Amino acid sequence: MTFSPGDLFLILPELLVITAACLVLVLDPVLSSSQKDGLAWLSLGTLAICMGLIASQMNHAASAFGGIVIIDAYACFWKLLLCFVAGLTVLLSHTYLREERLYFGEYYGFVLLSLSGMMVMVSAADLLTIYLGTELMSLSLYVMAGLKRSEPRSLEASAKYFVLGAFSSGILLYGISLLYGATGSTRLPAIAAAIAGRSLDDPLLLAATVLLAVGFGFKLAVVPFHMWTPDVYQGAPTSVTAFMAVASKAASFGAFLRVFVEGLGSLKANWSAIFLLLCIATLVLGNIVALVQTNIKRMLAYSSIAHAGYALIGVVAAGVAGTQTGETNGITAVMLYLALYAFMTFGAFTIVAMLRKGGLDGDEIEDFTGLAARHPLAALLMLVFMVSLAGIPPTAGFIGKFYVFMAAVEAGLTWLAVLALVFAAISAYYYLRIIMVMYMREPDPLTAASPRLIMSPALSIVLACAVAGVVFFGLYPGPLVNLAGHAVLTFK
Amino acid sequence: MTIPISYYLILSAIVFLTGVVGVLIRRNIIAILLSIELMLNATNINFVAFSEYLQDMGGQVFVFFALTVAAAEVAVGLAIIIALHRAKDSINIEEFNLLKW
Repeated sequence: MTFSPGDLFLILPELLVITAACLVLVLDPVLSSSQKDGLAWLSLGTLAICMGLIASQMNHAASAFGGIVIIDAYACFWKLLLCFVAGLTVLLSHTYLREERLYFGEYYGFVLLSLSGMMVMVSAADLLTIYLGTELMSLSLYVMAGLKRSEPRSLEASAKYFVLGAFSSGILLYGISLLYGATGSTRLPAIAAAIAGRSLDDPLLLAATVLLAVGFGFKLAVVPFHMWTPDVYQGAPTSVTAFMAVASKAASFGAFLRVFVEGLGSLKANWSAIFLLLCIATLVLGNIVALVQTNIKRMLAYSSIAHAGYALIGVVAAGVAGTQTGETNGITAVMLYLALYAFMTFGAFTIVAMLRKGGLDGDEIEDFTGLAARHPLAALLMLVFMVSLAGIPPTAGFIGKFYVFMAAVEAGLTWLAVLALVFAAISAYYYLRIIMVMYMREPDPLTAASPRLIMSPALSIVLACAVAGVVFFGLYPGPLVNLAGHAVLTFK
Repeated sequence: MTIPISYYLILSAIVFLTGVVGVLIRRNIIAILLSIELMLNATNINFVAFSEYLQDMGGQVFVFFALTVAAAEVAVGLAIIIALHRAKDSINIEEFNLLKW
């Protein structure tokens, strides 16, 4: 492997994010608590510069460090999305942490470290880099989930996340080691070349594929590897939950597609059968269990599980499709789905973070009772996010589902599209229930403390970005569809 | 006389399964952490064995990274366990029941 200084320039966005993270960690102890806002602005500035750099790298594909890192439009698409979500997270946390009395400057350091792990994951072309990126992302997230140290629920969420996350990393790593034994390399193109024309008759290859699917299944939170999700999403601070639900899922899908389509592409008939089963289980269980939840963070956790199921339809369609166009359409649909899902889910979690009840999170669905009468604008925004999550036109959620279902129909999986449509209709029930609670129910006058909303300019920016994304891409998805379509062309 | 590769693979599979079963049935979170370490070390046996078999250094490089990550993971894990122990006076996962498991 040769090293050229030019390679460092290619990974400049990652280096900048890591530098900023280290800077935040170093500056945190020396700043007084009134100056800690500066750390948030430092993080935001870094993210803005990174997004500019990544956008400039979009048009030329290059690989660095002897091919273990690849910077192509596909990686840049995910990185732009991840940096954007991290920026929203910093803005949301800025107000939320003050409300929770969590004056940790290092929080922003963890957001950036986790982001750098995600960025490595999506531009990795070697299983080693993918593993390192995944671990960097997860280790930071374990800590962030338990940041509310005075709250046992938060610590419990952190411990559960850690145990199941480390367990799944162990399974993933074992799969990687078997794949290395079966193919003689950890480099994705070399793996693809080694398994071309081979089938799963080789027990080593079969075990490796299954273990990788299980390992990624945990990271993507698909049924039956989802059991950590509701607990962790409920217990973690809401700003962290929003970041996990959106960014870590997007990054995991980015790396997952790279491994399975690029590395194990010639086994796609086999793995698409595995993911078809996981996809159906995820759609059924995620949507049905979400119906009975009384805590909105738990409900949104099950909803995020269900959304991973919809995105998996695109993966299955890419695997089943016989033609190159079909495969491209499937992957485009997944990328589009995750990007649109980011806006609506982040928006919904922001409203949940804003609702406070006596110094605590107002995260029970009952706390939304009569919100429309007291805070009409917040209720209207929540309505838009819920309608979008349910997939009703003219919102972004509809466009996402439309492209995924189209990809499935083109791949000859019409029955799967119909099944998913049925479950989308079921999901409307629990999303519309929130709207019903907000608009049609009067708050009980006997309850003493009615929940209040925290407001700040930073939160307004977050909500404005989220709702603009949901409405704009719902009415006019062209630019995003073109961007995703362009990004997929450099893939493979 | 060289030891055939299959011996190493069987050993590592046994160690890995011990780890998996440990994670699933043990109730003490420290024991679970140790079981996770077993899983990671089973992987290292695989990498070294394959590396020797294939005459390729890539596997041994991977082991170094895997060891480092495992150490970082234990550091974070133990920190979380200590914080949890302070809050709940227990490291038995059955008692972590504020959230439905």
